[in-house]
Amino acid sequence: MSILVNKDTKAIVQGFTGKEGTFHAEQCMAYGTNIVGGVTPNKGGMTHLGKPVFNTVEEAVKATGATVSMIFVPPAFVADAVMEAADAGIELAVIITEGAPVKDMMYAKHYAQKTGMMTIGPNCPGIITAEECKLGIMPGNIFKKGNVGLISKSGTLTYEASNQVVKAGFGITTAIGIGGDPIIGLSYKQLLPMFEADPETEAIVMIGEIGGDLEIQAAKLIKEKITKPVIAFIAGQTAPKGKRMGHAGAIISGSKGTAAEKMEALKEAGAYVVESPADIGATVVKALSNRK
Amino acid sequence: MNIHEYQAKEVFRKYGVPTPEGGVAFSSEEARRVAEDLDSGLWVVKAQIHAGGRGKAGGVKLAKSLDEVEEIAGEMLGMTLVTHQTGPEGKVVKKVYIEEGADIKAEYYLGMVLDRALEMPVMMASTEGGMEIEEVAAKTPEKIVKVAIDPTIGFKPFHARKLAFGLGLGKSEQKDFIKFASALYNVYMENDAEMIEINPLIKTGEGRFIALDAKMGFDDNALYKHHEIAEMRDLDEEEPTEAEAKRHGLSYIKLDGNVGCMVNGAGLAMATMDIIKHEGGEPANFLDVGGAANPDTVAKGFEIILSDKNVKSIFVNIFGGIVRCDRVANGILEATKRVEVSVPVVVRLDGTNAVEAAEILRNANIKNIIPATDLEDGAKKAVAVAKGEK
Repeated sequence: MSILVNKDTKAIVQGFTGKEGTFHAEQCMAYGTNIVGGVTPNKGGMTHLGKPVFNTVEEAVKATGATVSMIFVPPAFVADAVMEAADAGIELAVIITEGAPVKDMMYAKHYAQKTGMMTIGPNCPGIITAEECKLGIMPGNIFKKGNVGLISKSGTLTYEASNQVVKAGFGITTAIGIGGDPIIGLSYKQLLPMFEADPETEAIVMIGEIGGDLEIQAAKLIKEKITKPVIAFIAGQTAPKGKRMGHAGAIISGSKGTAAEKMEALKEAGAYVVESPADIGATVVKALSNRK
Repeated sequence: MNIHEYQAKEVFRKYGVPTPEGGVAFSSEEARRVAEDLDSGLWVVKAQIHAGGRGKAGGVKLAKSLDEVEEIAGEMLGMTLVTHQTGPEGKVVKKVYIEEGADIKAEYYLGMVLDRALEMPVMMASTEGGMEIEEVAAKTPEKIVKVAIDPTIGFKPFHARKLAFGLGLGKSEQKDFIKFASALYNVYMENDAEMIEINPLIKTGEGRFIALDAKMGFDDNALYKHHEIAEMRDLDEEEPTEAEAKRHGLSYIKLDGNVGCMVNGAGLAMATMDIIKHEGGEPANFLDVGGAANPDTVAKGFEIILSDKNVKSIFVNIFGGIVRCDRVANGILEATKRVEVSVPVVVRLDGTNAVEAAEILRNANIKNIIPATDLEDGAKKAVAVAKGEK
C-alpha cells in the first residue's frame, strides 16, 4: 500500500514535449511509472517517448483513462493548465512548475476544489511511491521501499530526509513534496490522515519551514487524530524576520510563522521534533522502536 | 518587490483611490519647485525609503513656507534614517516626497494582504490609525475588523459595509468609504499585489477618505505581467550583494555569522544554517545555488560569500539528485581555479554518485578543501575551522 499513487496509476504529462517535460517524463518512465501519454497544444497526433500526444487534456483522458497529470507548463500558463486538468476530470494534478503567480494559483485552486481535483505543488519535487510510481523530479534511487511516509515543503531536504531514513535501515512508503509557495495544494492536513489510514505506513516524517501556519494546523490534527508517530523538522530556526528564504512562502511576517512557534506547537501535539536536520533518521529509529 | 510611497500613490490615483496631491524631489531646489506647484499653504516633506516608522525617526516633517520646504528637504536628503524596520544601519534618504497638507479629522488603518490559511485576500481596517497594526493586533485585537474576499465573487458592497460598521462610520460617510475600499481592492487584484498598507487613512473635515500614506509590495512571480510596476524597482533599496546574486540566478541573504554556506535547494539551505547554529557556530548567509550547481553558479557563489569579510570558513552542502555529485565536484574544482578561495571549504556531497565525487575531491589534493561524510560531519568541521580549531 501507499497513498495517492501506485504501480497502477495512469498518468499524463502536461507540457510533455518541452525540455523539462521530456527529460523528467523519461526519468519517470525509467523508474516504472505508467505514463500513458501527454498534452501539448498543437502537437496532438504526434508520438513522443513512444507515447501519444494530445491537444487537450480532455482528449488525453478519454483516450487513455489517465487519472493523474504531472504539469511542467511554464509559470505564465500553469494556472490555465491546472484548470484544464480539473475541467477534464483529472483526480490529482502534480504541479512541478516554479515561479507561478500567487493570484493565478489562487484562482486555479478554487476551481480545482470545485471540481474535486486534488493538487500537489506548485514549486515542488512531486510525489513518489517507492519502487512503484514516481511523478516528479526527485532522484528515484534515494527512495527505498519501507514503512515511513514523508511530507515536505522542500525538495533537497526531502532527499536528505529519505536518505537518512534509508541509511538508518528503514524505507519510504510514499514521499510528497508539497511545495514552498504561499498557496499550495495538498498539505499536512490532508496527507497526515491518508498516511494514518495506510496500513503500510508506520511512522510519518514531516518537514516544514518558516512562513504561514500549515504546520500549526498540522499540530492540531496530530493531537486529535494521528496515532502513528510523527517526526518533525522545521527549517529556518536561524532565519531573519521579513526576509524571503528562497521559497516564496518562506517568510516570517511580523512575528508570525517562526520555526520556534511551529516546533512548540508540534512538540505540544506529541510529535518528535528534531532540532538538528541531521537527527531525522535516528529519530525515526527511536520513534519506531518506542512503538513496538 | 516593494515600491516607494510616491510610486504607490501614483498607482492609487490611476484606480481612483484618493491621495493628497504631491510630487517627488531629488534635491532641495526641486523640492521647492514641487511645493510651489501645489496649491497649498502647508506642506509635508516625507523621506522616501522602503521602511515604516519614518515619522518617529524624523523622516516626515511639516513645512509652513517654501523656504522651510527647501530647508527641510535639504536636511533630509542624504541623512541616514534609522527606524524599527531598517535595522541598526539605517537607510540613506535619496529622495523626498512633497505633499500638500491635509485636513485630518480622524485617522484609520486600512490594509490588504493574502490570508494564506483561507487562500483569499483579506482587507483589514482599524480605528487605530497611525499605530503599528501588529501592535494593535497583539494588544487590542478587537479593534481590527477583517473581511476575507472570495476572489470568484470579488469585493462586494457587503464587504465594505462590514468594514464601515466596524470602524463606526456614520451613514453619511459610508458611501465615500465603500467607493474607496472597492477601488483599493481593484488596485490589489489587478496588479498582483502582495500587500497594501494605508496607515493612516484619513477622514477630512468634509467627510472624505484619503490615503495619507501608502505602502505596496508585489508578487515577484507576477511582475512579468506589469511592466510599469517592474520599472519602479529601486536598486538603492536592495542589499547590493543580494541583488547581484539574483542577477546570476542565486538566492542569497546575508547574515551576521562567520560560516559561509553554499547549498542546493532553499529548504536544505535553511536547514544548513540551522545545523551550523546547532553545532555552536553562526551562519554567515543563506545561499541557494539552485538545481544546477554548475561551475559558473558555484564560482559566483564563492565570490558572493567571500565578499563578506566576516567569513572564516565555507560549508558547501549539496545533495545531488538529478544533478550528479561528480559533476558538482568538478564544478567546485573548476570554481576554485577561477575564484581565489582564501578560507577553508568543507565539502559535503551526498546523493547520486557521491562516492565518485569524494574520489575526485581527494585526488585533486587541494589543501583548502576538507571533505565531509554527511550533514552533521560537515557542519561540525565548518564550525571548527571557523573558530580556528583543526
